[in-house]
Amino acid sequence: MGKIITIYTRTTCAYCVQVKRLLDMKGKTYSVINLDENPTAEAHVIEKSGARTVPVVMVADEDGNEQVASIGWNPGALLSAVA
Amino acid sequence: MADEAKFPYRQVVMVGAGPSALAAAVYTTREDLDTVLYEKGVIGGLAAITDWVDNYPGFPQGIEGLKLAEALQAQAERFGADIQFGEVTKISRIDGDLTVETTDGSVRAGAVLIATGSDYKKIGVPGEQEYYGRGVHYCATCDGAFYRDKRLVVVGGGNSAVQEALFLTRFTTHIDLLVRSKLRASEVLQRELDEAVQSGKITVHLGTTTDEIVAVDGNVTKVIGTTDGQKQEFITDGVFVFVGLLPNTQFLANSPIELDEVGLIKTNAGLETSLTGVFASGDVRSGATMQIASAVGEGATAALKIREYLESEVRNAAAA
Repeated sequence: MGKIITIYTRTTCAYCVQVKRLLDMKGKTYSVINLDENPTAEAHVIEKSGARTVPVVMVADEDGNEQVASIGWNPGALLSAVA
Repeated sequence: MADEAKFPYRQVVMVGAGPSALAAAVYTTREDLDTVLYEKGVIGGLAAITDWVDNYPGFPQGIEGLKLAEALQAQAERFGADIQFGEVTKISRIDGDLTVETTDGSVRAGAVLIATGSDYKKIGVPGEQEYYGRGVHYCATCDGAFYRDKRLVVVGGGNSAVQEALFLTRFTTHIDLLVRSKLRASEVLQRELDEAVQSGKITVHLGTTTDEIVAVDGNVTKVIGTTDGQKQEFITDGVFVFVGLLPNTQFLANSPIELDEVGLIKTNAGLETSLTGVFASGDVRSGATMQIASAVGEGATAALKIREYLESEVRNAAAA
């Protein structure tokens, strides 16, 4: 089983669109949590990343341990984390 | 001579994928010119992170910036534009061949269009870099919703600052708008701002500098500013900065492409730069009006000039 990738987004976030496009191009599968539709996840993002921004990408291992892969538009950090 | 076996050839290489480049790509691809665009940031540029665009012709009710960007992208891709993630690091002419170096390798180009636009400037005060993304922001549409029922400071007095401050009022309890000198936003936006001021959503502080962003335990708590020589403190949960634009031309340092005194690219009337075969359009061009509509128009003009240039190169080669 590979890495489990989750993108935390908002509806009007252009950088979030870019992150999804980049992962699509790299053939990665991921799930999306839109904070506008799931506001309870906002506290989780802030707690895990310390950031009040999107996109935040988290990668979990098989045991569900989540690590922050990238905050904002940072393709270098994102690609190395999901490789 | 550039290594032809090593470097692929593309007829048109565009640096950036904002409105100007996407418009140009619609034209070049419809002329069957093989076109690749390299974008290091967001497709659609600053337009894509603008919450609402009210002055782009053809949308009488206005349009979300992101939707406009997605439409421009879809139109360019419909005709075959190849949009790549990547950062261009150098443009040069090596033994007659235009060569574009990117973080993913080099390509030879028949012609190049630089349409890298601009990014929001930083204010360069203590705390700004340290709390970036954690209380200091440059994208209201991305990060504004994190400040529901909170207080904010917005820095700037131009169209972007006023428009984004108005957007942020849908989340916040109150906004202090810190304007270094006077408001430079359009009359329409200033009327909307007046309404927000009357309703108590925004307080405007003219002649106020932003000196420091202060945080406690990693959370932004206040901004220290100065008005008429007097220090002031603005209690806040976050800061959004919109203080003007910085042209994305850093990669052209030490290149033969001539820039003006603020770093914008100089062109002739045909939008060609000082390096033959390299054109520039949109917000990155010296003399640009920094509007999406004019950037798109310049993109179309640049595409037609590129076609003329490539045709002349073919004629010259045949005559040689």
